[in-house]
Amino acid sequence: MAEKKISLMDTVRDASKGVISGIDKKDVEHWVEIYFLGKAYQVPAGLTIMQALEYAGYRLIRSCGCRAGFCGACSTVFRRKGEYKLQTAMACQTRVEDGMYLVQIPFSPAEKPLYDIEKEKYEASVLLKYFPEVARCVSCNTCTKACPQDLQVMDYVQAALKGDYKQVAELSFECIQCGLCAIRCPAEIVQYHVAQFGRRMYGKYGIPREENTEKRVKEIKNGEFNKKFEEIMSLSEEELRSVYTEQQNTREVY
Amino acid sequence: MAELEFVGGYPTYMRESIKKVEQTRNRRIGKLVDQMTPKEREDILNLCHPDYAPGGKRELKIGPNKGEIVPNEVADLLEAYPLVNPDKIDLSVVDYDTDILIIGGGLAGTSAALLANDNGIPADRILLTNKLRHGDANSMMAQGGTQAADRPNDSPVLHYIDAMGGGHFTNKPDVLRALVEDAPGVIKWLEELGALFDKDENGNFVELTGGGTARRRMHACADYTGMEELRVIRDEFRNRKIPVLEFFPAIELLTDEENKVVGAILWNMETDEYKIVRAKATVLATGGFGRLHIRGFPTTNHYGATYDGPVMAYRTGARLRDADTVQYHPTGAAYPQQIIGLLLTEKLRTSGAQPVNKDGEEFVFPLEPRDVEAASFIRECYIRENGVKTPTGMKGIWLDTPLIDILNGPGATEKAFPAMVRMFQRFGIDMIKDPVLVFPTLHYQNGGIETDPEGSTNIKGLFVAGEISGGVHGKNRLMGNSTLDCMVFGRRAGVHSAEYVKKGVDVGQPGLKHVKKYVDELKSAKIETDRKSPLLLPDYRGKAALARGIDIF
Repeated sequence: MAEKKISLMDTVRDASKGVISGIDKKDVEHWVEIYFLGKAYQVPAGLTIMQALEYAGYRLIRSCGCRAGFCGACSTVFRRKGEYKLQTAMACQTRVEDGMYLVQIPFSPAEKPLYDIEKEKYEASVLLKYFPEVARCVSCNTCTKACPQDLQVMDYVQAALKGDYKQVAELSFECIQCGLCAIRCPAEIVQYHVAQFGRRMYGKYGIPREENTEKRVKEIKNGEFNKKFEEIMSLSEEELRSVYTEQQNTREVY
Repeated sequence: MAELEFVGGYPTYMRESIKKVEQTRNRRIGKLVDQMTPKEREDILNLCHPDYAPGGKRELKIGPNKGEIVPNEVADLLEAYPLVNPDKIDLSVVDYDTDILIIGGGLAGTSAALLANDNGIPADRILLTNKLRHGDANSMMAQGGTQAADRPNDSPVLHYIDAMGGGHFTNKPDVLRALVEDAPGVIKWLEELGALFDKDENGNFVELTGGGTARRRMHACADYTGMEELRVIRDEFRNRKIPVLEFFPAIELLTDEENKVVGAILWNMETDEYKIVRAKATVLATGGFGRLHIRGFPTTNHYGATYDGPVMAYRTGARLRDADTVQYHPTGAAYPQQIIGLLLTEKLRTSGAQPVNKDGEEFVFPLEPRDVEAASFIRECYIRENGVKTPTGMKGIWLDTPLIDILNGPGATEKAFPAMVRMFQRFGIDMIKDPVLVFPTLHYQNGGIETDPEGSTNIKGLFVAGEISGGVHGKNRLMGNSTLDCMVFGRRAGVHSAEYVKKGVDVGQPGLKHVKKYVDELKSAKIETDRKSPLLLPDYRGKAALARGIDIF
């Protein structure tokens, strides 16, 4: 029986070996050619741009973060073979294509205005005080086209111009702050900083608080659960197990 | 091999199985498999959970936890030689002299910085250093939510009991109590800083359950919870002008004559130059270890999750706790190839998605604790042989995501899971119409450096917070308790390191005596190896390129 279990884990390990260490050439059937910084590399078809660069021999320091589309580290610009259009993408979320010319953008230089959220007034003019360049937006929509999250970036910049915090927050919520919009913007707006400010202002001043949370914080501070904690913490493991099982049987589902 | 034909992102042979899932769907609505009894849970864990199945672990030969069992991949890093020769490095010039050094800028480290600042440490007497960018952390990728018992039918005591049960009653009681009692305060703190949680039109939280939680207490920001929490507190951090270094990992802690931790050696990854930091207190918040790929599992973790903190701390004599346990998240992506191992949040199951096998049959209650749920998926795939095989040879279980819209109304999936919908869309799959294929993935480091409720360790001057720590989750963490852990103990480490500093710390000469001693121990234990640690980053370079590498500069 013991032997059977060991081989089970080995079988599981084998099934994903290509993901946990470098890919072996002999396991690859289909190939494409990409040009990274102008150099041609043969890489396995179907990999993401990030995986393909690693296959080619790059050990990434910049331009690689969560590897799952949440962190905005791996901004990439590329052109497809025979196309004039400059495309943008996250390297960890985009498959390589044959003939792709690409480069990664390791950093987006942009100063963030400093503010004290506690002291700001929830007024439209405050946004323009910190981000006067928003008024330079020419509605060219380049930011929206550059966004790898497919957000309506120009629309939230326009909302910012009107001081509509709610709309800025809602339209920009899924921003991963990769900086591609700001790099492409002809009006030199730093959209993701505008969005961060807008979201915090709306979160702090635009949405009512739930009373239950405040109430519970006070109850805990007043020690209202101390007695119950002392009781529970003095139980034997066996007693605690039965309390747990009972509690699980009263669980709320969905 | 013939070329595969694809329909809606799936090869046609997988489509056959999807048809069966569709056929059983109506019958399954509202009907769930019963939860397992404690005995059944224990049996399935012993049968096929990677932590319990034989092999994969060994006894540590040296250090404070000598004789205890840890995963081989962890032992390999603890039983390894330092990156720098302690006799050859010049420590005489201090580059940064500060009160509090924080290593790691996820939710834990960033919270620590803010609370240290709130508690009397001026911004310019704090230094936060990051291996990659500030915010490059597992925190950024947390999807599901943050637990806080704030509803009238709930209480911190119920939260405590849930976490104890989920952790198999091995959690450190006083630390766990701190976690659950601080939780509502953390949510309030985030709201006051302007974080956007899922709320109804009256401002009340939309709260869900998680695996092993008896009440609805998950506070979410769609499926970008960690990202929203972290970018808000990072923005606050930046507003306060707290000094920060990026691409500057710590590679060794420094200790003085009394073996207090008094700073660290940092290394500029891009120029190779090292810098010496002298600090009165050091907060380690370097996160977890998913990129060690324990037992060969893919991972949900960030590129930098390589166990650096415990490696450095262990050399100073810091004790580890529950270092033998690893959390495998039941629902990592198994298909397509480009996203194998990435997280599909547990919230999908709390919103109604059911796991089913290749015949569309349900086989497990969807919300068992994570270890039990994961083990049942492995059994279904590899013992009962009811998994779906992918073109790359992995096996997986269907997560029937179309149920979410059926149960909650059209548009529900898109509203609650924009990140997931987007990720699958990028690879041609519509998870609103079709199920997605999942298999357990390495998710979380349950144990770590033992801490008390204040974030202190057995080593003076060394504080820890977040995934690096051990004790609060025991041997298995529940959903929604990791982002919470980071913020509760990040805040506490900030407060208590500030108090420690304010009481007055007599910082001696920063040195590496502890590393020399550790090297001696390695040698006397006859550990002969060219392994060096901390690891800093995994290596995914292609084998062909590596085989022809020449190391010139």
